[in-house]
Amino acid sequence: MSETVLTAAPAASLSGLSELRRVAIVPALNEEHALPGVIAELRAFDPGLDVVVVDDGSVDRTAAVAAASGARVLRLPFNLGIGGAVQTGFRYAFEHGYDLAVRVDGDGQHDPRQLGLVIEPVLRGEADIAVGSRFAAVGSGYRSSRTRRIGIRLLAVIVSRIVGQRVTDTTSGFQALNRQGIALFARDYPHDYPEVEATVMVFRHRLRLREVPVSMREREGGRSSITTLRSIYYMVKVLLAIFVGLFRRNVVPQEDAE
Amino acid sequence: MTPLAVSIAGAIASFTLVLVVLELIRSHRLRERYALLWLATGITLTALSAWRSGLNTIAGWVGVRGYPPAVLFAVGILFILAVLLHYSTVISRLSDQNVLLAQRLALLEEQLQAGATER
Repeated sequence: MSETVLTAAPAASLSGLSELRRVAIVPALNEEHALPGVIAELRAFDPGLDVVVVDDGSVDRTAAVAAASGARVLRLPFNLGIGGAVQTGFRYAFEHGYDLAVRVDGDGQHDPRQLGLVIEPVLRGEADIAVGSRFAAVGSGYRSSRTRRIGIRLLAVIVSRIVGQRVTDTTSGFQALNRQGIALFARDYPHDYPEVEATVMVFRHRLRLREVPVSMREREGGRSSITTLRSIYYMVKVLLAIFVGLFRRNVVPQEDAE
Repeated sequence: MTPLAVSIAGAIASFTLVLVVLELIRSHRLRERYALLWLATGITLTALSAWRSGLNTIAGWVGVRGYPPAVLFAVGILFILAVLLHYSTVISRLSDQNVLLAQRLALLEEQLQAGATER
């Protein structure tokens, strides 16, 4: 196991965490190989963290493997896409009264040992949503195809302009949310590849978003669901959604989440 | 050459389509995913209506002599066909998912009843 660039505080050293009801939402599509490791690492990070795996219509043994690892499993009857899958997890977290939710992808690219970094701003009440960014740190060695990197950068620039705050990684699914963030996403969450639109949505609802630098790992199992042609399609779709979203009336700040 | 009135009417009608689609997205009545083809239709027809010499040229390429706006109809019909075909695939997927949901519901209901009678 390679040493990570960033050192993360272990869960035990995060004051106040143990009093919170907390859940990890793990969307997974055909991740029977990577999933047990991810769940074990989540438990190692914080034994008090409930783990909910959202099986987005897998055709392998994802659901069985997750249940065997002691996670709760929400099995979707067919593939909803990452947005619909993740929102299922937020709904679960909302309805079961969790105070804090983290989202960790089932393919192992998010390192649970860095969860402390992502949780910290939320725990300290400095942000409603904290996002682990691959690009917030200088010289981060994130590798990806060139088109994809350009797309991610371009989206970051556009979103930063719109929300009036520097956002470096609008496509990261490595997140921590407080009750308000959970409530927002449980009620309304974009489809397909949702993170970009969700970022804009967060600001429109006057919630506070904070990025923290993390490093992401190579995927352990499965395959990335994004090909070049698809990236272009999603790029167009996301830009359209953001553009049209600008003409929506400003949504009022969210009332008490309960 | 296309009569000017036809170009103007065509451009206004197509651009109205674009605006209507955008408004439907804005008011959450149309998903972006299903709006893209409609937008492509509206934008292409607007462009072809407004760009009169271009329409002439294209009409020449495809062998339309005498009345270039016929190309507008042809392009419009092609897009409508594409939209319909797309919807057919969407409906097929939806009905498959519907069957699956009904089956899952029946199985769940049976489980619940079995649980209730045991008690």
